[in-house]
Amino acid sequence: MSSLSPAGAPLVETKNLTVDFVGTGKPVRAVAGVDLTLAPGEVVALLGESGSGKSVTLRALMRLLPEKRAKIGGSIRVDGRDVTALSRRELSAFRGSTVAMIFQEPGLAFDPVYRVGDQIAEAVVRHERVSRAAGRARALALFERVRIPSPEQRLDNYPHEMSGGMRQRAMIALALACRPKVLLADEPTTALDATVQIQILLLLRELQRELGLAVIFVTHDIGVATEVADRIAVMYAGRIVESGACRDVIRAPAHPYTRGLLASRADHVFTKGTRLETIPGAPPDLTALPPGCAFAPRCAQARPACNAGVPEERTASPHHVARCLLLPAPAEDGACHRADATAAA
Amino acid sequence: MLAFLLHRLLYVTPVAIGVTVVCFLLVHLTPGDPLTAILPADATLELQEQMKAAYGFDKPLPVQYALWFWKVLHGDLGHSIATGRPVLTEVMRAVKNTLILATVATAIGFTFGTLFGFVAGYFRDSWLDKLASFVSVLGVSVPHYWLGMVLVIIFSAQLGWLPPTGAGPDGSGDWRPDAAHLRYLILPAITMSVIPMGVIARTVRALVGDILSQDFVEALRAKGMSEFGVFRHVVTNAAPTALAVMGLQLGYLLGGSILIETVFSWPGSGFLLNAAIFQRDLPLLQGTILVLAMFFVALNLAVDVLQTALDPRIKRG
Repeated sequence: MSSLSPAGAPLVETKNLTVDFVGTGKPVRAVAGVDLTLAPGEVVALLGESGSGKSVTLRALMRLLPEKRAKIGGSIRVDGRDVTALSRRELSAFRGSTVAMIFQEPGLAFDPVYRVGDQIAEAVVRHERVSRAAGRARALALFERVRIPSPEQRLDNYPHEMSGGMRQRAMIALALACRPKVLLADEPTTALDATVQIQILLLLRELQRELGLAVIFVTHDIGVATEVADRIAVMYAGRIVESGACRDVIRAPAHPYTRGLLASRADHVFTKGTRLETIPGAPPDLTALPPGCAFAPRCAQARPACNAGVPEERTASPHHVARCLLLPAPAEDGACHRADATAAA
Repeated sequence: MLAFLLHRLLYVTPVAIGVTVVCFLLVHLTPGDPLTAILPADATLELQEQMKAAYGFDKPLPVQYALWFWKVLHGDLGHSIATGRPVLTEVMRAVKNTLILATVATAIGFTFGTLFGFVAGYFRDSWLDKLASFVSVLGVSVPHYWLGMVLVIIFSAQLGWLPPTGAGPDGSGDWRPDAAHLRYLILPAITMSVIPMGVIARTVRALVGDILSQDFVEALRAKGMSEFGVFRHVVTNAAPTALAVMGLQLGYLLGGSILIETVFSWPGSGFLLNAAIFQRDLPLLQGTILVLAMFFVALNLAVDVLQTALDPRIKRG
């Protein structure tokens, strides 16, 4: 578990990324300033509850959000290119080949009326300008790679003819079809049952190591995050509130929200009658974010200063930062900023 | 596939039998005795009884039905009271004409309907959508017999480009595929196509919107498909439903064309039905309805089979 990016340029880098959904009514700020870096070969888990902006952040990296309704602010660089400046044509060449995505519901992410093998071949033909036969051959090799039994027959299956686990394997095969550098996984195991989840996680981990993929893994499940990630970034109300090496964040959570998340895990409750700990209150209204720390209204340790402004990142331990005033204020500017640059958030 | 076909045929059989029952009862549900239409008002009671026996009306209803059904099975629909010709010959000739008109109208309507529908659905809320939606709403709302008359006034009476009525220059009532007959087909076909066009355009527009909001469209974009590539997937997904609607529209036009056929004096089944009603020609009426209903049943079967071929999820149910 090498946890930190090497000195080289990051593969993914967002600065002050914001996403506002506009339309009828008040604009919704789903992502409120995310700084995220991803080094080659690194796995980062974006951890957060529903509506924390993790999936929107992921989609913004590929500009998959509907352009009329979602306004993206800040900068996004992937593999040295400014994603916000790509033309329509460049964007479709970029999607799938540089960055690929695995979706939460493999049952819905395949076109129901095309054969799965053809849908993979289609992507290969599109990006590499090869024949359909070559595309099919690649699809077959990928099916073998993700260990789908009797791959030749399975290529001719329609999505509804596969089980959930097999569909997610096929989805991974599709994502890897054009040898992307960055893999974005949007809760890829949430829709699967527990035993299949583990298999898919192990497969992803194995492929990531073999291919040296950089992965951003969105999940709400801390167990899953610790299983796959080098680094964890915890999101709350559109911001990354804590980020650091997986081990540090889990063993010594610095932000009260992360502590709350860890305390409310169901696997701590072994005896009948023990109450499951919860975080009081509800996530904030994204149309009217509080001026200060978005978690302050639910935080037992909140103080007046928390509402004054969005807390800056403070260092909890080396390469482990959190946006919380409970942490000691930075003594020297220099030391702190170096940590920011590498550990991100 | 063969098993599936047999399965569907098995499903259709009770429907077809039900249709014959309704057609048979129709004659007995009409007010008054079916014979009063043929018999003179001052016919003697003896003559009435004689006629009843001759037509088999003295037997109990189930027996009458069985006898009639047996004849129908052998293609005997009786004779027209007005002309004395076999009903089957009359009906088949009219059905052929209607089939030509309805097929051409549906083809025109389907072409423009799907075009408008796809454009409107894909460019939702743009001016293109508004224009296409306006045209299709107009198509559904405008009374088509009125549209027919307006077209006749413009293109026949004023401009003199196209003949106003009939199916051909000889007035024989048989349409043939040649240039002279084709001119007679244009106006009624266009008039008739307006209905399926509107319905298909509305359906396809809603369908496209529905498909575009599905997850797999985002996944297609995520793997780098061009907009044209995405559109192709949308069309494939919409095709089964669009075809089903087209099939139903064709069926609807086969029977529901009375108004247009009357306006244009097109010698089709609607025209025949109209004549049969006004002449109280019950065997002809019964036969026409039966044949049309059977066409509808067959058409639904065909659409079912076609849909299965197009959409792998509807399988051998």
